[in-house]
Formats: sequence, structure tokens, C-alpha cells
Amino acid sequence: MSVSSGSPIITPQTLPTWRQKEAEPFVRIEQINKQFGDFTAVNDVSLDIYKNELFCLLGGSGSGKSTLLRMLAGFESPTSGRIIIDGVDMSHVPPWERPVNMMFQSYALFPHLSVEANVAFGLKREGLPNHEVKKRVAEMLDMVQLGHLARRKPHMLSGGQRQRVALARSLVKQPKLLLLDEPLGALDKKLREETQFELMRIQDELGITFVVVTHDQEEAMTLATRIGVMNNGVIVQTAEPHEMYEYPTNRFVAEFIGNVNLFDGTVVTDERDSATIHCADIDSLIYVDHGISCAPNQNVSVAIRPEKIRISREAPTEVNNHVSGIISEVAYMGSQSIFKVRLSSSKEVRVTQPNAQRDSGDRLTWDDKVHLSWDADSSVVLTS
Amino acid sequence: MMTPPASVEAPRPTLIQRFHRLSLGRWLVILIPMLWLAAFFFIPFLVVFKISLSEAMIAVPPYSPLLEWDPDSAFATLRVTFGNYLFLFESRFYLDAYLSSLRIAAVSTFFTLLIGFPIAYLIARSGPTSRTVLLSLVILPFWTSFLLRVYAWMALLKKNGLVNDILMSVGLIDEPLQILQTDFAVYLGIVYTYLPFMILPLYTQLEKMDMSLVEAALDLGTKPWRAFCLVTLPLAKPGIIAGCLLVFIPAVGEFVIPSLLGGSDTLMIGRVLWDEFFLNRDWPLASAVAIVMLIVLVGPIMFMRNGNKEAV
Repeated sequence: MSVSSGSPIITPQTLPTWRQKEAEPFVRIEQINKQFGDFTAVNDVSLDIYKNELFCLLGGSGSGKSTLLRMLAGFESPTSGRIIIDGVDMSHVPPWERPVNMMFQSYALFPHLSVEANVAFGLKREGLPNHEVKKRVAEMLDMVQLGHLARRKPHMLSGGQRQRVALARSLVKQPKLLLLDEPLGALDKKLREETQFELMRIQDELGITFVVVTHDQEEAMTLATRIGVMNNGVIVQTAEPHEMYEYPTNRFVAEFIGNVNLFDGTVVTDERDSATIHCADIDSLIYVDHGISCAPNQNVSVAIRPEKIRISREAPTEVNNHVSGIISEVAYMGSQSIFKVRLSSSKEVRVTQPNAQRDSGDRLTWDDKVHLSWDADSSVVLTS
Repeated sequence: MMTPPASVEAPRPTLIQRFHRLSLGRWLVILIPMLWLAAFFFIPFLVVFKISLSEAMIAVPPYSPLLEWDPDSAFATLRVTFGNYLFLFESRFYLDAYLSSLRIAAVSTFFTLLIGFPIAYLIARSGPTSRTVLLSLVILPFWTSFLLRVYAWMALLKKNGLVNDILMSVGLIDEPLQILQTDFAVYLGIVYTYLPFMILPLYTQLEKMDMSLVEAALDLGTKPWRAFCLVTLPLAKPGIIAGCLLVFIPAVGEFVIPSLLGGSDTLMIGRVLWDEFFLNRDWPLASAVAIVMLIVLVGPIMFMRNGNKEAV
């Protein structure tokens, strides 16, 4: 089973641009490096972003994602490499001459100006006639549903309202590319969810390419058309959200996105469409339905998501892909339950089970001896 | 200005209503500074005002009493004269002194701002360690006596002082310049002395400014200089106003600097006041000079305070 066969069958017309081979990227980042003294913030990053994408740069603090965003905005200039936006080399163009706008993490609303004047700020610099400025500001404020607060000062607004003013201000100049630095970071959970969908609606409506920086993987998963995971100044994987989750290409991504159980082992057999792996923690062999194409006896990690593991009191009949253990922790979450199962090697495995029945009577609980099993297509073998 | 939402549009309580609502504890908190102001500002002001309404005479103290007790009639006569004030306005000399003081103070304040702003900006944007060092350098001159520092300037600026020596040795001038005893020396002295009072409030204001505001302005298509005028300057306004007041007000009444560095033609109200008080022993006239100076200063203070309210 190849990687892309996990996604639905799409006809060439509806194929997203980033999957079309001949598509011209809208933003081209070519071998960008950024040094701050001895510290390499961004290390030889190349990335193509296509028109109308909502691309998420995901990573922890210090991963280089913000530096990359600031280079796109023009606040930092790359030590080497090129940034091409809509066919024009922008690597050393100052921010005020770029067709790019940014929404700042702190929102950076001008505290001495009203909401209206904040949004009008960029348009006034273009020297547009006054009535035109007024019209476009009003339209933009209506779109973010803040028309009634136009005369207020930023300090009189709630966090969510400020966020929308910042969004309106960065969109009003109709940039070719909108950069958003942790756009939802300062909002509470409920507002964050609402705003996520609002962002997606606006992006869809205006057809502007968005690049979002975030440390929140859930946020990236819901918002993004594609995600680029960054670590230590390097993009470790670029993929669509479900692909990123189901087919991580390395340990860092597997652990960073969602929860995962990782088993270290060595390859026993490796064929074109199947492989078996021996792991010290697991009684049976792990059988996967795809080849790894590596040297025999190579050390690998097998990643299995907690929701893909079955948990039961009965021993499974299959030869491979099972292990037994004792439940050491149970967390009832309503829609699902989380179990931690201690294997004989004392490794803990995380398993989640949906609570499909209202009352299953024979509920699994602490110290129960259980058998864990999974399908051949549930695990991912990671060589790095 | 903003319009508050309809729900909070209750009539604003008057000052008296607000006083009634205060609890005892709050009263005490207000009372202590009030007493302080009364003891050290308002009562001395009244004393000076009282003296300004009397006439100079050779006596101890050297002015006529306000109330004259007549032992025969058992009545006290109130003797008030506005002659001192009238005298101030009749003579061109005093008007010139006021105008000249205001001019010298205004020009000095302007240059203090011009020099102080970049320094404050630099300190506010530097790293935490160098910031501490730079700030202590700003405050360091206060460790030596102010008078001593003015004398040092006299030594530097005199005919065969260091400044003239250097200018001569590099061949810029052939004979020593007369720097001391000019208005220039007074400007120099005031700017030098009051620079920390400008830098510190400016620094406090600039330090709390979010740098991403400037970046946002650049991002929205503003060139750096315009971004400075449209964002940094308006946000620094409270600091600019505070700094200007801290420099302007004492500079108007400055006495030591014009006396030591200025020439005989450098007319400043502080010197006039000193002369009236100590040379002429005309306490009532000196008091009138002081009261008028206070009134002259109230104008710009109120003006700047209003500006400050808008900025916040």
C-alpha cells in the first residue's frame, strides 16, 4: 500500500494544486538560511506554497517557524537563499514594498487609533481617495462583524474583537499573501474553535493565500490544506493533515502530531508489499502490509496510534500483531476511554476506545489482564 | 473620541458627589498628600502673595504689615497695594525678562528633546545589560554637585579653556571665541543640566512600547520615517510632555546657570528675582515677580496636561 492510496480518489480536475505535478507554486522558498550570530534559526529550507492554500507552519518554540514567517514578511532578510512571491524575487525587498501583510501574534493594534483608523492605516498610505478608504474599511469591518465598534479604541475591545480588527487590518489591502503569527493563540478554547471556521470561511471567500504559524497541532490539523512541521530550523515533513497523522515519515512528526505508541525493533523480513519486525516489547512479530526497503536487521521504530489498537480480555487468534498486558490506568472521557496498559517489558501502551455502548456491563478496569491487537495496515514503520 | 456603549451612559457623578462616596480610609489617603501640599506649597504661596501686596520699607522684615493696628481707635486697617504688580507692567524691563526667560527655556527644552529622544530610544531598545549601564550613565552626573558641574563648564568654555584650545589647535579659529557669558553658554548649560529629566520619562514611555507596532506600520506600507511619525511619536507623547514640563518649568526660573554662564545681558527672571530680593531688598516686588512667574507657568502646564489626557 503506497502512501497516497490512503486518500480518496480524486479526478485530475479537482486535484489540489500542490498535488498537480505541473502546477506553478505561488510562493517559492529556495534553500533559505538564517543565521543569528552562531545560531542557525532556519537551516536550508525549501518550500513551495500554492495559490489559495492555507499553509500551516507547525513547530515548537525555537523551531524556526516564526523566523521563516518574518522572512516572508520582510522583517528579517535571509542569510542565503531566495524567496519568490508570485514570480518576483522578494528576498531583499523591504516590508513596506511587499504585496504581503501580516497579522501579528500580539495583534499590534495601534492603541492611539480607533478601530476604523487602524483598519484604514494601510489604505491611507496608498494614497487612496478618502471616500474609497471609507468604503473599503466599512466593507472589511462588516465582514468581520465589527461595523458597530468602528469608533472604539482597541483597549475597549475583547480579545476576540481585537483579533478580528487585526485580521481586517491585514486583509484590507488585499495582499497576495497573508501571514498569520499564532492567530488564535490568545483566544480561549471555545472562541478559538469558532474563529478557526471563520478564518477558513474568509480565506475561501477572498481567495488569498494564507501562511499560518502555530505551535498548536490541533489548530494546524483543522485549518490547514497542508502542514509543514518544523524542528531545529528544518522542515521535517510537509503533508496534508490526514497524511501527516496517518503516515508520519519520522519519529519527531509521529510524536508531535497526536499521541502515538512507539516500539523500537529490528527488521526481520522486508519484501515489496510486506515486512515483519521484531520488537523486544512485543511477544509476537509485527507484521506490516508495506515494504520498508531497507537493509535487513536495520533498527526501526513502529508507530501505532492509540485508537487503532483493539483491547480485549480474549486472546486474539492471529499469529502476529498482538501483545498482552495489565491495565495500569483508566481515564473515562465520556465519548471515549483511555487505557494505559503495562506490558511484561514494563513499557506502557496507550489505547483509546470509543464508548459506543451506553453501558457495556463488563467494563474493563484497573489490573485487568488484557490482549492488545491491531491490523497490518494500522502501524507505520519509521526509519528515522 | 469614543462613544461609550449605551448601557454605561449613566450621568457622571459630580466632584462633590464623589467626595461623599469616599470611605474614611480613602479620605485619609487623600488627606496626607493634601496636608503636605498645604504645608509646603499653598501656605508658602499665600505668604509670598501677602508680601507682594505690601510696600517695601526699611524695617525687619523689610515690608509694611498688611494689617495695621491703630491703638487709639481699636480698629485694624487693611493696607493692600497692587503697586508692585503695576510697577512690573509699567516697566519694559520686567516684561523683557519674562519673555526672555520663556524663550530661553523653550529653546533649551526643544534642544533637550531633540538630543534626549534618540538617547532614550536607544536605551529602550538595547539589551537588558547594556540598558542598566546606559541608564546609570544618565543618572551618574547627579552624584556630583550641580554647582560643581556648572563651574566645570566655565573652565571648559573660558577664553583659554579646553574647547577654545582644541578649536585653535585644529585650526578652525585663529583667536579664542567668546563662549562664556553668552546666551549660547546658557542654552548649553540648561540642556546639559536638564537632559536626564528629559531622557528618563521618555525612556519609561518608549520602553513599554511594543516594537511589533512599528513592524505593523512597516508591514502596512509605511516607510520607516513615516512609521516613526505615525506610531512611535504619538505613543511617546505622554513621555514627551512629561519630559518637556520637567525641563521647561525649572528652566524658566533658572538662576544659577544664567548667573554663572550667561553674560550681563542675559536677562532671566530668576536673576531679576534674586537681584530684587538680595540687592534691592525689595521683598514685595520680588514676591510680585514670583507670583507673576507662577501665573505665566500655569498656562503652558494646563495646555500640556490637556494634551496628555488626549494621548492616554
